[in-house]
Amino acid sequence: MIGDDIKAIAEQLKNYDGDEVRIMEVCGTHTAAISENGIPSMLSPKIKLISGPGCPVCVTVTAVIDKLVELSMRDDTIVLTFGDLIRVKGTNKSLADAKADRAHVKMVYSPMETVKMAENDPSHTYVFAAIGFETTAPVYAMVLEEAIAKGLDNLKLLTSIKTMPQVIRWVVKNGGGIDGFIAPGHVATITGSDIFKELSEELELPFVVSGFEGAQLLLTIYALTCMKGKKGIKNLYKSVVTPEGNVKAKELLNKYFESSDASWRGMGKIKGSGLVLKKEFEKYDAGSRDLDEDNMPAGCCCASVLVGKIKPSDCPMYGKNCTPDNAHGACMVSTEGSCYNYFVSGRK
Amino acid sequence: MKITMAHGSGGESTSALIKDVFSKCFKNEILDKLEDSAVVTGSGKIAVTTDSFVVTPLIFPGGDIGRLAVCGTVNDLLMSGATPKYITCGAVLEEGLDIDLLDKVIASMAQTAEEAGVIIVSGDTKVIENRGAEPGLIINTSGIGFIDESKEPVGPFNLKDGDKLLVTGNLGDHHAAILGCRMGIENDIKSDCAPLGDIVGNLLADNIRVHAMRDVTRGGLGTVLNEFASASECNIEIDEESLPVDPSVKEFCGLLGLDPIYMGNEGKALIVVHKDDAQKALTIVKNAKYGANAQIIGQVIKDRSKNDDNYVILNTKLGGKRVVGLMYGEGLPRIC
Repeated sequence: MIGDDIKAIAEQLKNYDGDEVRIMEVCGTHTAAISENGIPSMLSPKIKLISGPGCPVCVTVTAVIDKLVELSMRDDTIVLTFGDLIRVKGTNKSLADAKADRAHVKMVYSPMETVKMAENDPSHTYVFAAIGFETTAPVYAMVLEEAIAKGLDNLKLLTSIKTMPQVIRWVVKNGGGIDGFIAPGHVATITGSDIFKELSEELELPFVVSGFEGAQLLLTIYALTCMKGKKGIKNLYKSVVTPEGNVKAKELLNKYFESSDASWRGMGKIKGSGLVLKKEFEKYDAGSRDLDEDNMPAGCCCASVLVGKIKPSDCPMYGKNCTPDNAHGACMVSTEGSCYNYFVSGRK
Repeated sequence: MKITMAHGSGGESTSALIKDVFSKCFKNEILDKLEDSAVVTGSGKIAVTTDSFVVTPLIFPGGDIGRLAVCGTVNDLLMSGATPKYITCGAVLEEGLDIDLLDKVIASMAQTAEEAGVIIVSGDTKVIENRGAEPGLIINTSGIGFIDESKEPVGPFNLKDGDKLLVTGNLGDHHAAILGCRMGIENDIKSDCAPLGDIVGNLLADNIRVHAMRDVTRGGLGTVLNEFASASECNIEIDEESLPVDPSVKEFCGLLGLDPIYMGNEGKALIVVHKDDAQKALTIVKNAKYGANAQIIGQVIKDRSKNDDNYVILNTKLGGKRVVGLMYGEGLPRIC
């Protein structure tokens, strides 16, 4: 049961009649939690929630998929991937299509499985599709740490790792007018909340760091509604997020990765918005640098959806020739994708 | 001892395997005749079903592929309002399969058949080459059950306005147990794999007006609700608060970003009953074997005009509403 204080907040959000407020949740897990809790049905039509570029699968360019497909076709190579990525189409094929053509693609639940598999089968090279944000990158660093400790030469990463602050600047500059951000809870756990403090000052917009419980998300939306037009940061996820973040995880990241420019689906190359393996670890890199090509299918509006220029349901392909079972855009594939969430939860 | 291609040759090794493993466990006077087909008695309205089982690992917390193969088929018969009576067992064995393991699985199958009150009347084995690292086993079971024609027909097309929906226990246990095994995550989650004869038998014996039943397997409750809403052209409303989920399963789902509504069970059913019989039905199910955690979770709304194309609506704990759509993809864990 929810408490009376949350009920009161819910009541205010339902009856809100001020200026329109456009709030972006950057993190894909927030997108999923908002849908799961039925939050859009609880808000006044004057409060708009926009799903930003925080689902790692959704922002991956086709060049990365194409490279993984190419690797999986080699006799001596096995590509390991998380479930979501397997159905995302590259220029011609997805990894699922390649698998049906007898390419070597295996789905795993944890990147650490890569180490075990590579150790047990020295005759093949195991490539892990290491996509994600600051949140998953420390796990990839741990995979390398273990592979190096075990002296494995047959384990590589194909990385497509994005980082947060720069893309938010890009969205504010190129997007559809955002009044405030639900700052990504998982990312903030690693980076700390201070990076959003700086952003707030610079962009003159409010940021609220939130966890993933429905009640906390309601509070966050309420706080952002009140903060419209002001800069400032609130951390409602203090049990997990500190101002300086997870120092150990950051050290591990810095040991193996360095900052780089990164290509985002539909948005192009954004300076300093990614991580690549340092030169000294390049023998563990399956060819991740310069994967910039972005051959999105004609008519796909992923780019406008990701920055909040249009709602998923405004895309002419949405629900017609683009559905979760026959997805053209990555946003309709991933369970964290904005199109997928709109579709399965019946959001309008 | 391991299974070799010789066990599938039809010669001496095949006979020995059948005698030492299958016949030993499945002993009954119909099967013992080892004839080309089993000749059984029965008449009237007959329910027939078939299902193949391919789970790995073969033995998992709370069950094994043998128990699963009996429960799956028995439960499918029960859901049509039939009393299960006979089942068959087709086993496809991979070269290299450990015979002791096979023996355990077949013994468990026999024990589950006895619990469910069915006789395994016919069987077949084949051996195939090993296709992967771990030698596997595929079991197909077909089942026959008899329907009491004096009772009202039961089926997904039969939902009436105001009917109450009841689930017979916690959601997602089997799915979480199997996934936990495969991922090597240590927890205390057990598969709920069980025959539901006691629950269904007691409801029908007490003349509860059961309108529809379906076992909640692959695709989970969400899929069953959508199938029912579509077959009966109605809306369904459920309350998140009332959905029974074991705390360990809830935690497991939270960790992996899975939704218990779309996770499979192997010993749970969604039962739709006349609204006036709902409380009595709940008491009966709670007192039956495997029904202790049953809950009434929602109701049928025959008027479709309110919810446009979204027919299954969930009232969230937070006070919101969301659509429970069809499941897409394979119910895969989210990545971060």
